[in-house]
Amino acid sequence: MTQRTRWVPTLILLIGALYCVLPVLWIVIAATKTNDELFSTAPFVPAFNGGFFTNLDALFSYNDGIFGRWVLNSVIYAVGGGVLSTAIAGAAGYALGKYRFTGSIMLFRAIVAAVLLPQILLAVPQFLLLAKAGMTNNYAAVLLPQLVSPFAIYLCKIYSEASVPDEIMEAARIDGGSEWRIFRSVGAPLMLPALVTVFLLQFIGIWNNFLLPFVMINDDQLFPLTLGLYGLMIITGGQAAQYSIVIAGVLVSIVPLAILFLSLQRYWKLDLISGGVKL
Amino acid sequence: MSSRADEPAAGSHPAAARSAPHGVRGARNGRHGGLLPAALVSPAIILLLLFTVAPAIYAVFLSFRRLQVGRGLLGGGKPTEVWTGFSNYTAALTDGEFWASLGRMLLIGAFGVPMTVVLATVFALCLDAKRARLTGFARLAIFLPYAVPGVVASLLWGFLYLPATSPIGGGTFDYFGSRGIFFSVANVAVWGVVGFNMVILYTTVRSLPRELFEAAELDGASEFQIAVRVKLPLMAPAVAMVALFSVIGALQLFNEPTTLKPLANAISSTWVPLMRAYTDAFVDNSIYEGAATSFLLIVMTVAATVVVSAIGRRIGRAR
Repeated sequence: MTQRTRWVPTLILLIGALYCVLPVLWIVIAATKTNDELFSTAPFVPAFNGGFFTNLDALFSYNDGIFGRWVLNSVIYAVGGGVLSTAIAGAAGYALGKYRFTGSIMLFRAIVAAVLLPQILLAVPQFLLLAKAGMTNNYAAVLLPQLVSPFAIYLCKIYSEASVPDEIMEAARIDGGSEWRIFRSVGAPLMLPALVTVFLLQFIGIWNNFLLPFVMINDDQLFPLTLGLYGLMIITGGQAAQYSIVIAGVLVSIVPLAILFLSLQRYWKLDLISGGVKL
Repeated sequence: MSSRADEPAAGSHPAAARSAPHGVRGARNGRHGGLLPAALVSPAIILLLLFTVAPAIYAVFLSFRRLQVGRGLLGGGKPTEVWTGFSNYTAALTDGEFWASLGRMLLIGAFGVPMTVVLATVFALCLDAKRARLTGFARLAIFLPYAVPGVVASLLWGFLYLPATSPIGGGTFDYFGSRGIFFSVANVAVWGVVGFNMVILYTTVRSLPRELFEAAELDGASEFQIAVRVKLPLMAPAVAMVALFSVIGALQLFNEPTTLKPLANAISSTWVPLMRAYTDAFVDNSIYEGAATSFLLIVMTVAATVVVSAIGRRIGRAR
């Protein structure tokens, strides 16, 4: 490679990194400004006149501290839904990957077909059905439809086939282990890397979901963060005087997740997705 | 359950022993499972039936229904639900606004999908380039937006576009104008997903046999040539998969335009198809048309998936 082109890949990566990071950096800086400073100071120069804490204070005291409630709701939805859907997908994936039983092949085909059916397009029909049963506007209405992910089952099936050897299961059987015990003490631990990845995918998916709570919930005490911030924007949208509250809300909703995410990065097994899906 | 599972186990079973070496993977466990496999899959099956199959069927059912205003003696009476054939579908399909929303979605997709695929591929190849520096930082930085919910990303970019607060020239370029808005919405979507797709492609490149690249290098190929002529063709199936994800993502476009709507007058309440399904069902209180629109979208998504994956397979085979 010539001297001149040596820096090209690094340069491209740096431009990409700037594109992805600068908007977040701008929000961090904007959150330090009072509303007046927001419109009058240079965009990438932070202010140190106490605007940051004023904004946070205004955010968390807004409407009797409802923002804290939204954060808590998002945690309930994402952690609860993430754990349960991972357990359900892990169990189903293991059964499909390691056993042949009546209808197992048909079932797997149905699940592959369901992967193609985007869950989000079902949000409106799901609401119509749950409304008929009088089950909307509560935690369950948001949690239940997200408990089963065909894609997660698919990943767990592929992974259990590849990582839980028949020989070990056979050996456990000869030692007198029941099938349930083999699942618990041989299958599940071997599937752990896949389960962590599936949990993270589900967690992010539920945390970021907007349409489902948007259709299911109209009590703002049950809003997740995404819906709450959207509502805040609608309410304050016309008034520039309220922008700093929304900006602080955006910052608070990004930072914890970004930290969690980047610190868990080495547990991500995304090769599972790129290797598992064959077109 | 354990005794029931173990009874027929009898490792000496001739059939089991015979089928094992050349049987389907997992077949060996077939005789052992007992009730366990059924117990393990049943929660998933029940939930799939309740929250995927049932809503889809109910949507189809509703899409063939409509409300008939009651003809009571006093002109009152409750409206009753009656069969109406395909009228909800013809209403949607003959509505110019439906096609317009589809067109807007395609326009955003026509910009956003190639942008996502090209950027993700270029970043992945650069990460894998021998001379690249700061790759750890770049990988984290480009992946970061994936942790930002679509709604929050839209609010964030909304402030960057908004003339009053824009650090990127919102005063001179109208990001919310009737043309600019397509770029603006697509940009938010691309920003959110490019890192995830980059990581998928990067793990694919890393899994390719290194000897191939070393051999090409010995033959005097430049790093750029190796990237374009050796790595890229081998990545083709993964690139096709990323393209498929992006197309499906475009069909589900909802969060970004909905969130930008309070800021941008150019975005109507039926701006993209999914917004229309929502507006039909919740704003216009016409759940029957909303169900028809939702079902049409599901059919189109499945069709797009089949087409894109067929193209992907053909590329894979041509290789």
